[in-house]
Amino acid sequence: MRAYTPKNDVQAKAYYTDRYYVAPQVPKQKVETDEVFSHDLAAIKAKFDVKEAFIQVGQMIVYINANDIYAVLEYMRDELTYTQLSEMSAIDWLAKDNTFEIFYQMLSMSKRKRIRIKFFINNGDAVDSVEKLFRCADWSEREMFDMFGIEANNHPFMKRILLPYDWQGYPLLKTYPLQGDEFAAWYEVDKIYGKEAREEIGPEIRDTARVDRYDSERFSRLGFEVPKGTEITGDEPRNPQEYQEEGGVFLIKKFTKESSTVIDDPQR
Amino acid sequence: MAQVKNRLTPFFENITFDREDNELILNFGPQHPSAHGQLRLMLHLQQEMITKAHPDVGYLHRGMEKMAENMIYNEFMPTTDRMDYIASSSNNYGFALAVEKLIDVEVPRRAKVIRMMLLEINRLMSHLFWLATTALDIGAMTVFLFAFREREYLMDIIEGYCGARLTHAAIRIGGVPLDIQDSFLHQLRVFLNKLPENIKDYEDLLDTNRIWLMRMEEVGTISTEMALSWGCTGPMLRASGVAWDIRKEEPYELYDEVEFNVPFSDKGDNFARYRVYMEEMRESAKILYQTIDMYEKCVKDGETKLMAHAPKYISAPKLDIMTQNYSLMQHFVLVTQGMRPPVGEVYVATESPKGELGFFINSQGGPYPYRLKLRAPSFWHTGILTDLLPGHYIPDVVSIIGTTNIVFGEVDR
Repeated sequence: MRAYTPKNDVQAKAYYTDRYYVAPQVPKQKVETDEVFSHDLAAIKAKFDVKEAFIQVGQMIVYINANDIYAVLEYMRDELTYTQLSEMSAIDWLAKDNTFEIFYQMLSMSKRKRIRIKFFINNGDAVDSVEKLFRCADWSEREMFDMFGIEANNHPFMKRILLPYDWQGYPLLKTYPLQGDEFAAWYEVDKIYGKEAREEIGPEIRDTARVDRYDSERFSRLGFEVPKGTEITGDEPRNPQEYQEEGGVFLIKKFTKESSTVIDDPQR
Repeated sequence: MAQVKNRLTPFFENITFDREDNELILNFGPQHPSAHGQLRLMLHLQQEMITKAHPDVGYLHRGMEKMAENMIYNEFMPTTDRMDYIASSSNNYGFALAVEKLIDVEVPRRAKVIRMMLLEINRLMSHLFWLATTALDIGAMTVFLFAFREREYLMDIIEGYCGARLTHAAIRIGGVPLDIQDSFLHQLRVFLNKLPENIKDYEDLLDTNRIWLMRMEEVGTISTEMALSWGCTGPMLRASGVAWDIRKEEPYELYDEVEFNVPFSDKGDNFARYRVYMEEMRESAKILYQTIDMYEKCVKDGETKLMAHAPKYISAPKLDIMTQNYSLMQHFVLVTQGMRPPVGEVYVATESPKGELGFFINSQGGPYPYRLKLRAPSFWHTGILTDLLPGHYIPDVVSIIGTTNIVFGEVDR
């Protein structure tokens, strides 16, 4: 029987892990250890429901409810001086519990602090767009949609950004293979020539080290080129090619090693 | 031939006329020499005036985040070169620093100094490249040749260090692989001593040049609010009145020990950005002079270590690997299986020449990152064109793209 391989997570896995190996944790500090963060957290807690908050590697991480995100970011921007949204995206937890974790990386320049606002949404749910607060979310929400298929409500232009509009599948999902799926492999052929041309054109050659010994046009037969279609026997005569015109090319001299000057100091 | 259903119908893809409102839609790129890469801009025009701009990116998308999820941490390092390929060491560094924060190792001082040298050389290379290409787009061919000549010196120095000119991969997680070569400091000093007069040459050519001023002043003005809202960082933000430099505000490496200023301007136009770039080159030179002294002090103090000592994550020096059994075993495991950072998350921002380069890593204790998000500054500096271009004329598009300093390896990742 063939060994079962899970289909909901096709990413690279460690091929060997000690059975007694327990992964260590990046230490989490209590929010009270930092004065600025504890003040900010108290201000957020007074108005919104905070599920969990801690400090990790010098930045505070706050878990909130998914539908509070617009209000929280607006409050943080206007009252707590977190004026910049550095980054936002999602983490795929579909294989674990069918959810996505969304994070918003906030920066306060006057306090020199960074906070990461996070929440979970179920697969298929949409997030509220914060594009009205931070224009940069326009592009990052589109990127998130492009990569994970998570839509943002009230977004002005919810289209793919990096991939073509007619692309199928969401590449950063753990279910999407690294090499791409069948749609990706035949995208150009299907689009330009139609599906029926697949056999005639053949799959894309992705092995960069592949050398075709019957390829008489490429570098693999350099110096032993034969006309296209000639049967290759293996003992073709050497076919030196001089890319110089009769009597030399006008204004261009042929390089000879003897006439060259060697410069020792590259900075001269 | 029979009708093929999926065949593309030919159409005029570059130009559309709408007779009703006299609006012209012009496709700028994706193969335009002054788009600095594969940028496609759909511009809605009324006469010469842009009414709506729609940047279309993704022509260089390689799925680096996906690749990262399928690679061990050290394997990903050369891939980061291909983000901002004008200053690739700064990408290497951003990634290395993020992983170092995750596994909590301290890099030896000598490696820190070498890293700072590489970072500042990369900043100079990037800024010189920016100046050259932008000036070329405006039509100043001389500046292009001058700046490329100076950039060539720096590339020679880097080539002497790591063997590569563009994709350096010169930084490792936990330090640097090599000490600098013997001629490094001498060559750097020669370059730095000459740099002020070189910068003066550029400025003599540009600062009072009527054409340059007309193309630069009062063009592409970004207000502070707009810059903050669009996530602008680096020179784009500093030219718009926010003196925010991560090297100064959240110092990493030894940036808190060196003396330098953060040039900024409150004008926000193309010319302000040009001035910020020029001043930053001078500040980088200042930092490089100080790192030379720091390096010489390291040599005098006998600090020879280049890689951090963390046997769980980082291979031992080559000598130990060749002479000690345990180091060899450790090295074998780290190469074949990869390091396994602890379970946790980290977001680390560094000041790359283009702006805030951030690496977000979510590790689940495995040898592959569970999620890695690259925060590339150019992505938002391209996005801001949506709001910035309307109201400008077509020739301004070129100068505005020039001063935003976008690199498409970084935008599309």
